Amino acid sequence: MTAIPLGVPRRLVEFTLDGQEARVPEGATILDACRAAGKDIPTLCQGDTLTPKNACRVCVVEVEGARTLAPACSRKAEAGMEVRTDTERARHSRKVVLELLASSVNLSTTPRAAEWIKEYEAKPDRFGPDAARVDEEPRVDNDLYVRDYDKCILCYKCVDACGDQWQNTFAISVVGRGFDARIAVEHDAPLTDSACVYCGNCVEVCPTGALSFKSEFDMRAAGTWNEAEQTETTTVCAYCGVGCNLTLHVQDNEIVKVTSPHDNPVTHGNLCIKGRFGYQHVQNRD
Amino acid sequence: MKKRDRTPKTYTRLTHPLVRDARDEPFRRATWDEALARAADGFRRTREAHGPDAFAMLSCARATNEMNYVAQKFTRVVMGTNNVDSCNRTCHAPSVAGLSAAFGSGGGTSSYEEVEHTDLVVMWGSNARFAHPIFFQHVLKGIRNGARMYAVDPRRTSTAEWAESWLGLNVGTDIPLAHAVGREIIHAGLHNKAFIERATTGFDEYAELVEPWTLSLAEKVTGVPAAAIRDLAHAYATAERAQLCWTLGITEHHNGTDNVRALINLSLLTGHVGRYGSGVQPLRGQNNVQGGGDMGAIPNRLPGFQDILDAAHRVKFERAWGAAIQPRYGMTLTDMFEAMEHGELRAVYCIGENPAQSEADSEQAIRRLAALDHLVVQDIFLTKTAEMADVVLPATAAWAETDGTTTNSERRVQRVRAALTPPGEAREDIDIICEVAARLGHDWKFADSEAVWNELRALSPDHFGMTYDRLEEHQGLQWPCPDLEVLPSSFLHGRLWESDPALRGPAAPFGLVAHDPPVDLTDESFPIRLTTGRRLDSYNTGVQSGGYASPLRRGEYIELCPEDAERYGVVVGEEVRVSSRRGVVVAPVWVDPALRPGLAFMTMHFPDEVDTNQLTIEANCPIAGTAEFKASAIRIEKLPVAAVRS
Ligand code: SF4
Ligand code: SF4
Ligand code: FES
Repeated sequence: MTAIPLGVPRRLVEFTLDGQEARVPEGATILDACRAAGKDIPTLCQGDTLTPKNACRVCVVEVEGARTLAPACSRKAEAGMEVRTDTERARHSRKVVLELLASSVNLSTTPRAAEWIKEYEAKPDRFGPDAARVDEEPRVDNDLYVRDYDKCILCYKCVDACGDQWQNTFAISVVGRGFDARIAVEHDAPLTDSACVYCGNCVEVCPTGALSFKSEFDMRAAGTWNEAEQTETTTVCAYCGVGCNLTLHVQDNEIVKVTSPHDNPVTHGNLCIKGRFGYQHVQNRD
Repeated sequence: MKKRDRTPKTYTRLTHPLVRDARDEPFRRATWDEALARAADGFRRTREAHGPDAFAMLSCARATNEMNYVAQKFTRVVMGTNNVDSCNRTCHAPSVAGLSAAFGSGGGTSSYEEVEHTDLVVMWGSNARFAHPIFFQHVLKGIRNGARMYAVDPRRTSTAEWAESWLGLNVGTDIPLAHAVGREIIHAGLHNKAFIERATTGFDEYAELVEPWTLSLAEKVTGVPAAAIRDLAHAYATAERAQLCWTLGITEHHNGTDNVRALINLSLLTGHVGRYGSGVQPLRGQNNVQGGGDMGAIPNRLPGFQDILDAAHRVKFERAWGAAIQPRYGMTLTDMFEAMEHGELRAVYCIGENPAQSEADSEQAIRRLAALDHLVVQDIFLTKTAEMADVVLPATAAWAETDGTTTNSERRVQRVRAALTPPGEAREDIDIICEVAARLGHDWKFADSEAVWNELRALSPDHFGMTYDRLEEHQGLQWPCPDLEVLPSSFLHGRLWESDPALRGPAAPFGLVAHDPPVDLTDESFPIRLTTGRRLDSYNTGVQSGGYASPLRRGEYIELCPEDAERYGVVVGEEVRVSSRRGVVVAPVWVDPALRPGLAFMTMHFPDEVDTNQLTIEANCPIAGTAEFKASAIRIEKLPVAAVRS
């Protein structure tokens, strides 16, 4: 009886990906297959620790015989499927998505956004300069993290991470509908008046920098943020016996932010307030 | 509400060794050479004058496995005593003692992942949502997957809010409650007869022991409605898989080990142990409490949790280390403090611990530390304990400036890595200990932490399969991991289910433990039961967590239920005098509906502001040495208006 039940063995699914034979375990998405095959597809709302919400549609691919384009991040690979990732239609769709997003949202701190805009020849400025959706100042209401909804693409990742997928605190929700929809805490209050427990798990998943660590925000404002100069070292949190893994981002011998490895069996990318923010004591050096 | 400065004291890193010639002199900066020589000289003098047992090592449950290994080796080989212990004594020693008595091994039996795939979770004496938040995420996954949770806790905590049922028992009545659950399971015929027959001993005596604990008697003693006890008993016994988790609400009592045994009995009764998804899980409070003990930084075990009384184990270590090992147990932390009182313990090497603030009845602890001939403190801050030392040695932060490993609550050994350059002249713990050892005639050559780890691996079968490379590759491995190829099982004691008696190994005995109410009784002069615990954003004596600005932090309060606050005529923020039979503190009031009449709550996170441990009692568990932090009797008095600080 010492054996660990492994569940039903997973079968392999065979299909074609851009004309090539592809085999992935049952349940894998088209995106998983693409990444395994080394194909680069842009993604924004996809999160490796979250259930796909397919909100942004920047990852679309063409599935032979289907009327509409399919979001690669959530569509499961099926046997015999023929998938094309780089067709004219898919590229055009991505271009429009990027144009719409970049015209209404500040993507300046979204990793790879500039690169994709260039690759897909997106022209955000064709909607004119007034398309900005929120147009408000970043909200700095506590010492730990900053909310800058000008950068929010409404991907719902933070809502899911704070809600039933991980943290179960439900401090973050969506208020308003349609064009007025926006991310907020109850009554759109300051964070300090909300149910927030400052785990920073929303910051961990936010793809655009709309949610960011105050340390990073301040350094960017001061022009001292320099990712090229930073090292990332994964170690173990010293605040309790759970043993969460912390990735310390260090610049000039200072921890500038703490993230958590997503594929780790203890943490799955999540931390609590102490692990995420409680590092300052080691660098109170004089 | 009166405004007051609620910012905790922030500590600045130690950057140079400090020494002084007399305790009433201030520290002066010293070179490493001088400081190390003084540290070593004091130890040598003590040993020469009073023998090896006049020395004790307080090893650190927040430092790496490697440092703990070297610290216990220093104690045993250089000083020739087994007097090595750490703060596990103040928290989970009863879990280790109880688990080893039942199963021969002191680790929790399950892994976190199993909690996601179980059918029932019992959280007993644990506010995991605050104290072990990421473990609780695994519990929440389990709940989302359909598991039911029962919370047993005097307070209706944020953990209890997720429970199907909250059993709000009176502080210190865990054994009656567990016994009533056990009796109900037996009377309903829900005990796992085949498992009991095959894998346990002492069932008949156990059945007899719990027989008086009817549901109605238990209701009277514990305060939990009979129906709720019955419900828990049936749910636990009929679940296909069940996890029983506990923390300090169980262990920090004068009979903590008995409490642990009472819970383990339930797992033996139902067969909820040794299977995937079924197990018992103590949640550890410090990052390396598990590892510190595994590394032998406890007075009764050699590295790899090997019993010192076993001659074969001793011989193995004596050969490897080229030194004789005392064939008897050393002193626990608790014994050490008593031995200080009697002048038997004269020199202490304290690494990363802060007993001057973390011990129950802290004034007494300080008095005892002050009576030592020689106190060496190795830490990253000048803590309250370090302020009392003769020599202070600046160390590196174990989790961010040191390479090594730690072992978490699911027995997973994980790599800790240096990311920062330490300040000033601070040096790594292992390096410092080896330097002191060298000055006492023991030249150890460890090239790095991996070399220490490999020495340990060679001596501890449970760790042999965990090379640094494998730890890296698998993001940590759980012990026991005796093999270099095979991956370890996620849970312990599957052997109990083997049909072949040879493979099954020793049976697990039921623990025949009796109810023993808290030592510090409530009466007319001290009518309120004070229990202690943790808040989400702060940690222990606040030395580390005081370093960051938490929006959740509001300093120390005495928390009362709304009814009591009204009865005493006090409002939120109003300062009151809180007295126990040992001490008096002044603290502002907070009102928390999670409490019940007669129950108050405080933490020890802000000792510079409100020294809660002046109130707690040093009534120790005779087996594990843990003090009864969870059950003091107190009185609350309104302050005369003039005394209210402005
Ligand atoms: S704040 Fe970030 S994570 Fe949340 S919806 Fe906006 S972009 Fe997504
Ligand atoms: S991040 Fe939080 S839950 Fe995880 S080890 Fe640190 S203190 Fe514990
Ligand atoms: S990444 Fe697939 S829909 Fe957003």
